[in-house]
Amino acid sequence: MTSLRRSGISTPYLLLIPGMGFLFTFFLLPLFNLAQTSTQTPVGGGDTGEYEQSWRFANYIDAFLENKEQFGRSFLYALLATVLALAIAYPLAYTIAFKGGRFKNVLLVLVIAPFFTSFLLRTIAWKQILGEEGLVVPTLRSLHIISESTTLTSSAFAVVMGLTYNFLPFMTLPLYASIDRIDPRTLEASGDLYANGFTTFRRVTLPLSMPGVVAGTLLTFIPAAGDYVNAAILGSPQTKMLGNVIESRYFKIVDYPTAAALSFTLMAAILILVTVYVRKAGTEELV
Amino acid sequence: MSDVASSARGDLKLSHITKSYGDFTAVNDLSLTIPEGSFFALLGPSGCGKTTTLRMIAGLEEPTQGTISLGATEITHTKPYQRPINTVFQNYALFPHLTIFENIAFGLRRRGIKDVNDAVNKALDLVELPHLAQRKPTQLSGGQQQRIALARAIVNRPALLLLDEPLGALDLKLRRQMQIELKWIQKEVGITFVHVTHDQEEAMTMADTIAVMNEGEIEQMGSPASLYDNPKTAFVANFLGQSNLIKGSITGSDGANQIVDLFGQKISLQKDRSHAVDNSILAGIRPEKFRISRLETSTSGNILTGGKIEDVSYIGVSTQYQVLMPWGQELMVFEQNDDGVAPFSVGESVNISWEPVFTFALRGDDDAEAGTEVNPEEDLDEE
Repeated sequence: MTSLRRSGISTPYLLLIPGMGFLFTFFLLPLFNLAQTSTQTPVGGGDTGEYEQSWRFANYIDAFLENKEQFGRSFLYALLATVLALAIAYPLAYTIAFKGGRFKNVLLVLVIAPFFTSFLLRTIAWKQILGEEGLVVPTLRSLHIISESTTLTSSAFAVVMGLTYNFLPFMTLPLYASIDRIDPRTLEASGDLYANGFTTFRRVTLPLSMPGVVAGTLLTFIPAAGDYVNAAILGSPQTKMLGNVIESRYFKIVDYPTAAALSFTLMAAILILVTVYVRKAGTEELV
Repeated sequence: MSDVASSARGDLKLSHITKSYGDFTAVNDLSLTIPEGSFFALLGPSGCGKTTTLRMIAGLEEPTQGTISLGATEITHTKPYQRPINTVFQNYALFPHLTIFENIAFGLRRRGIKDVNDAVNKALDLVELPHLAQRKPTQLSGGQQQRIALARAIVNRPALLLLDEPLGALDLKLRRQMQIELKWIQKEVGITFVHVTHDQEEAMTMADTIAVMNEGEIEQMGSPASLYDNPKTAFVANFLGQSNLIKGSITGSDGANQIVDLFGQKISLQKDRSHAVDNSILAGIRPEKFRISRLETSTSGNILTGGKIEDVSYIGVSTQYQVLMPWGQELMVFEQNDDGVAPFSVGESVNISWEPVFTFALRGDDDAEAGTEVNPEEDLDEE
């Protein structure tokens, strides 16, 4: 009995070892390394890309001041994309959950179907669709919705749209999961208790789907804020996001300390925003 | 809410209501009036259309044909949130994200009532759970949730309260207790209750009037006692309790009684208990109305001779016998264990007797097995 109990207690820890080992090797160690790099300075008279550890924390201030604009843009674009994705995904998830019937699973597969092709390819495809030779621009021009000189690619619009599109499934799936759990009879009960359709949504459906809203917005906002593919493919130098700066500092300018400092600043900013958001949304009592 | 419909009061009247889903008719030309202040039960097997009827009254479904009115106001196409009608849902459908207090206050707040404290606390007192106001529904037991669902509906003082199998999820003891409580609460608040159930005992315990539904139509309506003692169809006779139905024919009359021939043996029945249309009938007797006697004992009233005990089950309060009659039919007899007489044993030859007043007669072409089936799906297909 005693030996059984003892093994019962230690089993969960044994099961944690592979995951912990992986996280330690591929997350904590690199993170530590990155933190070190962020306070390095160039070796005097050394080659490009040669840095020494000098604990210069002013790197953070320099990096931030140099890239304030891209910081702001990253969060603005990520916010816009999150709001748009929520606006598109909520009705979609609601319809699949409540009206999907026996096609529910087919519709869910369709939501994740884009994942069968690469993220890069899909973004490049949007460049084609929104380009001069695509269908969208000539149609909008002939309808006089946009002027002859307006283009859609290389614009903030294209970047936000790309972000929205690419992260839509991450918004839809958690939303679906929490809307699908709502007992439709609670909605009927709300109607029975003098709430019209809008009030029912505001007082019952939305509060009950909050766990999905929070999970979906986090899964969209966090990767979108750090994304650089959409801005690189669909944007222009005027729509650069922080991810693009970090990418070019690392791989083109070989300015490791600035890139590392920016990465940490971005991480901290997201962490703070997310904490505030989750606190405000107050989902802990829902789940 | 200033809607006209929300202030409607009075009898609920369904006129020629039909609800079809494609080829399937769930409710067929149903008309019925439920008097204000009564406790009314819609009783029937699953799939008989009783829940559909309830949902049409609540406004959750629209009838294909016919009208529904409350007092002088027609509400056939009124939205559920504009009807002065509240529902206690089958699985309660409490709002999991709100406290018990807010669950009960929900309807009041939606109608723009600012000060809800008094009303909510009174409703909580009525269901005897005032200490649970700040809990969440998931922290409550099934029986407690049931009461809160009731309080949430009653607090609005609707003209009509609908109960959809409200006790179905509770265990037997709790169900019995809630039946008595619901009846008491109905008297206390004086609201019209419309109660849907497939449990005949539940309907008989609580309701003033029962409508027995089958295949989308009302088979018979009346007080529990009148339905039990004087059923009009084999379905009602079998669905409400159990019945022995014996084929026979009317051979003559004797004052207020008719003389009936059952496989060569003569019995009598009261004319006002006969629903036959011609001389061919099904004579019905409830199992507990029978008395069994040994051959040498003299008995009065209607007597059938030549029975043989086939099976004996001792139930405690009563003993149930299966008695094989000379024409090959097995009759069910329930004897109270209150006379100190040793029970009869299998194989004994016996006579069966009963008071003529307990005989009822159904149409001879009625299906003697109707309403006895456990699975009603076959019935549905025939429609």
